[in-house]
Amino acid sequence: MSTEVIEKTVKEKEALLSKKRKALVTNPLDSDNPVTIQILGICSALAVTIAMKGTLIMAFGLLFVVVMSNIVISAMRNTIPNRIRIIVQLVVVATLVAALDQVLRAYVYEQSKSLSVFVGLIITNCIVMGRLEAYAMGNRPWDSALDGLGNSLGYAWIIIVIAFIRELFGAGKIFGFQVLSKDWYVANGFFATPAAACIILGLIIWGLRARNGYSED
Amino acid sequence: MSKLNINSNGYIFGYSILLTLVCGTLLAFVSETLKEKQSAAILVEKQKFILKAGLGQTSIDGLTGPQVTELYNKVVKVEVVNAKGVAVQEDEAKISTFKEYKKPAADRILPVYVVGKKDNPAEVESFVLPTYGNGLWDNIWAYVAIDGDAETIQGIVFDHKGETAGLGARINDADIQGRFIGKKLAFESSSVNAPDFQKGEGSNYDSDPQKVDGISGATITAKGVNSMLDAYMTLYQPYLSSKKVTK
Repeated sequence: MSTEVIEKTVKEKEALLSKKRKALVTNPLDSDNPVTIQILGICSALAVTIAMKGTLIMAFGLLFVVVMSNIVISAMRNTIPNRIRIIVQLVVVATLVAALDQVLRAYVYEQSKSLSVFVGLIITNCIVMGRLEAYAMGNRPWDSALDGLGNSLGYAWIIIVIAFIRELFGAGKIFGFQVLSKDWYVANGFFATPAAACIILGLIIWGLRARNGYSED
Repeated sequence: MSKLNINSNGYIFGYSILLTLVCGTLLAFVSETLKEKQSAAILVEKQKFILKAGLGQTSIDGLTGPQVTELYNKVVKVEVVNAKGVAVQEDEAKISTFKEYKKPAADRILPVYVVGKKDNPAEVESFVLPTYGNGLWDNIWAYVAIDGDAETIQGIVFDHKGETAGLGARINDADIQGRFIGKKLAFESSSVNAPDFQKGEGSNYDSDPQKVDGISGATITAKGVNSMLDAYMTLYQPYLSSKKVTK
């Protein structure tokens, strides 16, 4: 779980996008990234990153679920009984995910088939529940929405980078268009496997941590 | 008013019931609103599969949903037959291959999609026959396009519900489906032998019209495909035989 301090008192007249609020969005992109620092959401980062299109839809799906559930839970936070708060969060997240799944099936049927169970598994994505417990339960809806936006964008850019590398070298394509000509490029099947995603992710984590001087303590 | 104790059992019960009702109603509403759009998407996918099997992948490359339906309506004629090959009066749109699959083989109603040539729809390009069967984990199905000669496979499209990704799920891959092209059905007195996936992968079966290079690590899915094709091609035998005679 994130180590960030939960602020319970927000000044009455804080600017809509004050410095602190901007940090809610920018920190998770880099120094407090949910994937590279907190190591959350790894399962889907390995599973859905085989091609750019599906990955973008997954990133959008997670963004929708995290932001909306953060807003809803934050708005409800003072009415939620402490003893059942996790199950209440789960019901809200599950409702959003089920609705999202229905929308995908109606409008991007082929992609929804290739994402199959992974849309449903957003429910169990640790980033979602992590943000609800760590932030939305103690902060106002607007701040929670920004926090959700930052964290899901932090997840999104990582999986998009992985998908870019995997689709480029694994199939010689980007968004399904052949960019590396089949005449001289033989698609490397290894990049199509989740093992390749694991290695690329490891390298990104290493790079970001080295740059930010992160150390386990 | 005294302050509500949000940790009392009564409050928790009430809260849970209310939350369930609200979420349930919301989901029911979303599902009902999108139902039509979803069935339309499923229908377009089916039309795509039939065209892909019958005319090849290039025929549908880059087409949008409505364009697929337009091409489908232009070139595809639907016939419905029973297991004796006799035409029956049934609305094809209402036939579910899955429901028919649950019936005894002799009672099944079988749709046939007669695909005409793209530039001359009156001339038959292929007969596309839907099939249904069991893979390793769940159902698998296929659209098999048989050439105008009623015995050469011109194209095949597989799909599945839950085969293992990277193993059995490879029946979706174009290169696996391409292995069937040009293979032949073998007509026997009371059955039809469809080409079979062989054990192992990487062998060359170009010279044998009854053997297809297998899928490594997906033995049970491949066996499911083999028995599905044999069973359904036998069911379609009377229909195909009648087409052979008229040629």
